[in-house]
Amino acid sequence: MMRYRIIIGLVLILLAEVAVVQAEDVASEEKADNSIFSKLPPIEIHGFYESRGGYRLRKDKYEKDMSIMEDRLQLDLSSYPDWGDLKVKGDVIADWVTERGDFDLREANIFVSPLDFLDLKVGRQALTWGTGDLIFINDLFPKDWQSFFIGRDNEYLKAPSDALKASFFGDSANLDFVYTPQFDPDRHIDGTRLSYWNSNLGRLAGEDAVIHTNKPNRWFRDSEFAARLYKNIENYEFALYGYRGYWKSPSGQDDSMSQAIFPDLNVYGASVRGAIGKGIGNIEVGYYESADDLSGKNPLVDNSQMRYLAGYTQEIAQDFTAGVQYYLEQMQDFSQYKNSLISGPARDKDRHLITLRLTKLLMNQNLRCSFFTYYSPSDKDVYMRPNVNYKIDDNTALEFGANIFFGDYPNTFFGQLQNNTNVYAGMRYTF
Amino acid sequence: MKQVLTVILVLALSLPMVAAGENGASKEVPDVETIVNKANIVAYYQGKDGKAKVTMTITSKQDQKRQRKFNILRKDTEDGGDQKYFVYFQKPADVRKMVFMVHKHADPDKDDDRWLYLPALDLVKRIAAGDKRTSFVGSDFLYEDVSGRSLKEDTHELIRTTDELFVVKNTPKKPDTVEFSYYNVSIDRKTYVPMKMEFYDQENKLYRVIESTKVEMIQKIPTVVKSVVSDLKTGSKTEMEFADVKYDIDLEDIFQERYLRRPPREVTR
Repeated sequence: MMRYRIIIGLVLILLAEVAVVQAEDVASEEKADNSIFSKLPPIEIHGFYESRGGYRLRKDKYEKDMSIMEDRLQLDLSSYPDWGDLKVKGDVIADWVTERGDFDLREANIFVSPLDFLDLKVGRQALTWGTGDLIFINDLFPKDWQSFFIGRDNEYLKAPSDALKASFFGDSANLDFVYTPQFDPDRHIDGTRLSYWNSNLGRLAGEDAVIHTNKPNRWFRDSEFAARLYKNIENYEFALYGYRGYWKSPSGQDDSMSQAIFPDLNVYGASVRGAIGKGIGNIEVGYYESADDLSGKNPLVDNSQMRYLAGYTQEIAQDFTAGVQYYLEQMQDFSQYKNSLISGPARDKDRHLITLRLTKLLMNQNLRCSFFTYYSPSDKDVYMRPNVNYKIDDNTALEFGANIFFGDYPNTFFGQLQNNTNVYAGMRYTF
Repeated sequence: MKQVLTVILVLALSLPMVAAGENGASKEVPDVETIVNKANIVAYYQGKDGKAKVTMTITSKQDQKRQRKFNILRKDTEDGGDQKYFVYFQKPADVRKMVFMVHKHADPDKDDDRWLYLPALDLVKRIAAGDKRTSFVGSDFLYEDVSGRSLKEDTHELIRTTDELFVVKNTPKKPDTVEFSYYNVSIDRKTYVPMKMEFYDQENKLYRVIESTKVEMIQKIPTVVKSVVSDLKTGSKTEMEFADVKYDIDLEDIFQERYLRRPPREVTR
């Protein structure tokens, strides 16, 4: 399988080179004659090469000391014929932690605008909406939490979706509709790279207890639907959201408790974002309806939730921005949950989370220092993401950062990741 | 006797000059508000909309060069009033395809609305209105140099008139919000193009100069196609060149989220 993916990657690179040659030919032939090649628009090729390495700062008996060690070549091909946009973007990766090569196709899509009021984007694509900063309520597109916690670039927090996005633009409002024919789950924590709290074992676990999942994977039957209705009124952005699909990360177990599952999930939400005083404020809410356990009695399926978010960002000095967010996750039918709990410490009814982001630009904006922290007063855990990025020149950047976890308890969201605390460094050449 | 002669001589020589000066003033020198209003329109509001390809070259004191390339679209809501900007980055490579959009408000009490689109994440980000005296994309140009400083922020005084230029001194009404104590703008008398801006610090020392080094007529509109800003304190300078400038391109209202996510052909090509 892996070898097969690498071959695809190499073929892609080869195709790109052929395309470059063609594009050059086009340039030279264009004036000479109207050959068939002159009808092909040129293909733009860009990308980057990156080396990144990091280590755990604490001994983790379930994982390797090396948290990240990889070389990555990203190629980004785009072309703009008259009728639409074409894009292919993929990463060839040499991963020295898993000791494997890999190919990650990030995007492969076609964009067309067949009608004045309609845009269509079909294929593999990155999808984002919602107002949170590293907190997601109504954005139910797949995330790559593993990449996020081991110190890959922020871009990798978004896992690609294989979807059709239709956008309708009207005078009174706009509508986005996303259809994902086969469920795209998060790239979630499964024990292979990060140790985690295993409630069945009642202890931390990692490579010794990799999570096996049973995910809905039938094409056109196990599908996801996501919609957003939005409108901008005097630059206040209002939106309503709806989602029908599955919990994106494992949120339950099968009856034998041997496999993690992705139960049915419906989400209904709303958000508003706009200027408040000198800064930008946002509010977002969502109701997570756990459709396989509406009463909350089933201990093997997560209960429904209400999720609330309020945030504010402001420039507090020149090239220095601060953002704060408050987030609340409220379990519904909490008494049913407590009564039916099988084992392990019970979760709290309410999970409170506060985030702080500080970003300072220095040295003519070539040095960016940023610090993002999650702190949960209810879970009593902390996750800090310091990061320093320096652009040596227009193509080369150096980056240092860390993922630091603290917690009073081993089973909370960030507390369970304590032994994964890591530092990393990377160098990227962009072209 | 000698003194009387001198007085007569001085009077004789100066009278015609005074007369000439008065004639000139009544016919050719408009009041300062008219001058700054015209110069503001010429510098930032030509045509009802427009586009250009911009190259910025930042050269540090150590002669290290960095380059920014972006395509820019502009549409005016009204001359001298609100405007919308759409900036599509092409260089450096790490910000390629990033879009920066501004709904600029001429009212100094109302902050501009700004958005950033990050294509790798498909993320439409709202950016808090920032200090307009902050560097634009790491260059020596400030946001205010690029999109214009509201005339209402300063008091204006015509301090010199030469054959070619009006020199206007601009003093901020809120001095604690800016880093300069005042700046002088030399405005071409014929075209009203601002040819030079000189910024003075709190010690009245010149520390920053912006010069229009190349002006061309494009669609009969005098257009600055090359300008240079020099920071005399850091020794850094930035050259900004405009290519493919076009006015009145009948731009639709592309200054909205739809086009952040999929920039119009006017900028991607």
